[in-house]
Amino acid sequence: MGDVRVLVGTRKGAFILTSDERRRSWDVSEPHFPGWEVYHITASPVDPQRLYAAPSTGWFGQVIQRSDDGGKSWQPVGNDFTYAGVPGTHQWYDGTPHPWEFARVWHLEPSLTERDTVYAGVEDAALFRSIDGGQSWQELRGLREHGSGPHWQPGAGGMCLHTIILDPQNAQRMFVAISAAGVFRTEDGGTSWQPVNQGLLSDGIPSPAAEVGHCVHNLAMHPSRPQTLFMQKHWDVMRSDDGGDQWTEVSGNLPSDFGFPIGVHAHEPDTVYVIPITSDSHHYPPDGKLRVYRSRTGGSSWEPLTNGLPQQHCYVNVFRDAMAIDTLPECGVYFGTTGGQVYASADSGDHWDAIVRDLPAVLSVEVQTLT
Amino acid sequence: MIRVILPAHLRQLAPCEHEIHLELAAATTQRALIDAIEQRYPALRGTMRDPGTGIRRPFVRFFASEQDLSHDLPDNPLPDAVLDGSQPFRVVGAMAGG
Repeated sequence: MGDVRVLVGTRKGAFILTSDERRRSWDVSEPHFPGWEVYHITASPVDPQRLYAAPSTGWFGQVIQRSDDGGKSWQPVGNDFTYAGVPGTHQWYDGTPHPWEFARVWHLEPSLTERDTVYAGVEDAALFRSIDGGQSWQELRGLREHGSGPHWQPGAGGMCLHTIILDPQNAQRMFVAISAAGVFRTEDGGTSWQPVNQGLLSDGIPSPAAEVGHCVHNLAMHPSRPQTLFMQKHWDVMRSDDGGDQWTEVSGNLPSDFGFPIGVHAHEPDTVYVIPITSDSHHYPPDGKLRVYRSRTGGSSWEPLTNGLPQQHCYVNVFRDAMAIDTLPECGVYFGTTGGQVYASADSGDHWDAIVRDLPAVLSVEVQTLT
Repeated sequence: MIRVILPAHLRQLAPCEHEIHLELAAATTQRALIDAIEQRYPALRGTMRDPGTGIRRPFVRFFASEQDLSHDLPDNPLPDAVLDGSQPFRVVGAMAGG
């Protein structure tokens, strides 16, 4: 048994929330990087004291900060995300060619095995890797250059690479997701890539079953079963049991299958969590009720989890990187809202409490189970 | 001696005081000044200029002696009042965001 550390990125800084394994009483830090937008803050699974954060502002661009003492102190590291070669163009919202331009880092994914290796998913969509703890970054250009790149188009939030899933059983294999392009898989450590979007259907694009063009919002995998992936798409909750080769819809009885984050229980590979949102034009929960939905059957059959969550007049959103799951024996689930609340459940979602209610809008939530 | 005043976000990042002092060769330029700031404070690399192109970020402005220097060519000499230290070179985040 150990302590729990929740890492929260917000519109105006990052916050670190700590508790013991009971997860009843929480300490909330002062803001880290006050005034900076922190799209993501996360930790190395190899060295839990090694944290990475991605603060940015519209004025001064992107910086990357690293901590080697669990967030007590931070050092700026490398922030040069220069695309490899001549980046060319992707499609703009109106279908015209648009030059590839770096905007920000959306997601940092530290290696499962190498302390100093970390991946960064950026806007405009590309994947970078650092092997020196974030001091320098090199693009894995095979993704952007595999062939479909010129046809990628931004989603409403920009053309972002927002999800990176590392296969814990095969270091050469990873998945990334891009809005609004889709899911891509590598089997050779990031050198070559292929789109894996068969089975996805997206109304509003010229060919609803196209190879790319799907606004995938988030992916989740249980480490014991890396062939199975769960997806929250713009609309539709999806599942693949063959590493992304084929996707099947598992939205089932959800009140809305639009949403952003998706997560898998730490000890039950078929227990999945989503947070339904009314629609792409109404970015708040259906009926003003904030409900997490849990499936214990790997999708299709869902139950609402409401105990402790506001069930009237609630019009917040929950962003794609703003849900996390701990690995304590009684699994904890966490999510943050655009209203600044961070909710936690210490019993797999049966009961919820707000750890903190008045942070800036929450962009990301990660959790560390410390032993 | 050249005096430079940085905005709060960059002072926090550097980290540095409200006003910093730099000794540079005579007839120096905006490019040489920003180079010197980045050399002394490596954390500021890429925050005032795009790291790839070297072009000033669109929401960053440069002022001195009540003049807007933001659109001066980067290799033009800085104003005399900046070079002799009688006026600071100000890096300003543009008013934006409501």
